[in-house]
Amino acid sequence: MKWNKNFTIALLLIPLWFLIYHYLHPLSDWFVDHILEMKAGKHLTEALRFFIFEVPKVMMLLALIIFVVGIIRTYFSPERTRKMLEGKSTFTGNVLASLLGIVTPFCSCSAIPLFLGFVETGVPLGVTFSFLIAAPMINEVAVILLFGLFGWKTALIYVLTGLVIAIVAGWIIGKLKLEHWVQDWVYKTHLGNEGDTEEKLTFSLRIQRGYEAVKEIVGKVWIYVAIGIAVGAGAHGYVPEDYMAALMGKSVWYSVPLSVLIGVPLYSNAAGIIPIVSVLIEKGASLGTSLAFMMAVIGLSLPEMIILKKVLKLPLILTFVGIVATGIMIVGYLFNYVL
Amino acid sequence: MDIKILGPGCAKCKTLEKLTRDIVEQNNIEATITKVEDIVEIMKYNIMTTPALVVDGKVEIKGRVPSADEIRKLLMR
Repeated sequence: MKWNKNFTIALLLIPLWFLIYHYLHPLSDWFVDHILEMKAGKHLTEALRFFIFEVPKVMMLLALIIFVVGIIRTYFSPERTRKMLEGKSTFTGNVLASLLGIVTPFCSCSAIPLFLGFVETGVPLGVTFSFLIAAPMINEVAVILLFGLFGWKTALIYVLTGLVIAIVAGWIIGKLKLEHWVQDWVYKTHLGNEGDTEEKLTFSLRIQRGYEAVKEIVGKVWIYVAIGIAVGAGAHGYVPEDYMAALMGKSVWYSVPLSVLIGVPLYSNAAGIIPIVSVLIEKGASLGTSLAFMMAVIGLSLPEMIILKKVLKLPLILTFVGIVATGIMIVGYLFNYVL
Repeated sequence: MDIKILGPGCAKCKTLEKLTRDIVEQNNIEATITKVEDIVEIMKYNIMTTPALVVDGKVEIKGRVPSADEIRKLLMR
């Protein structure tokens, strides 16, 4: 039976995962010192050591968490999320939408059907925006990479500030009553009722979805992770420690808006940008400026704006970008000056 | 059999279309395959994630690219 197969494989793989992860450090050291026979302490050796340890570490974390999140996500279909958000009052709705944005499966190519599906069944515009801001910005790949490269505190800060931005920005958009800036045809379209059914899944199928998610996401992002960490390893011993301080350091007051300005048109996924950001921080960029840069790149992307143009009039897109960008800048300054 | 692939043209939608066409061809299934890219048409099926596979008016798969096996089972039952 299928149930048995999927379940058994998972039961075997998970302990194996923990075993390898536990011994990864000595294993990678052994590989560098005894197989490659490189001299310890040299720049090249240490750069390579960093790379050979970090790449499998981050990939293993990615695989495990994406697997778990993949299973959790089968319980949060967009249909169920929509049902939970229908007719919710503002603020409560914004909070709920932002939280659901983290766990509901989302891909920017589905932004339009999702937007239509939400708005037309009576989910308020501001609540829909909370979801649309949280979903791409706080994704599992970003959180795992932050955890793997910076530790759990930075990962938590990222998630919490991302949530606050999504909640507040959506709430403001709701208060401003901007429904007239939604393209006119949107409210005239009628949904059929064909696809509004919940899939019935066995637990085995949910595990299967977990495997599929790992295959799809790791297959897509591994190259960015490897390149990002290679850049990090390269910069490790060769670039001076305070190289970025003059441009992205705490004392440079304009560094936050500048990095947001650069970050918005830059289009990259979390897997590509976070290893780079870890180098920036190591070389003297401040945490606030780096967080702002990261959020701008991941949370606000030009291609998504162009997709959203189909359903939103330009002033609404600009308002949305403006509010989110302001939120990101406040986070940046908060971490640079207050904390 | 009437097969529709719903999707505005993202990479996953193209993968699903190609996969479906290949399977229909390999198994000599008699079917018309239409790719629906117009968002208003797509919304008539009330789906919120693309791509989707519609067989004889029924939404069978949405929001993911299934394995070739899964599609084959869907089309050959």
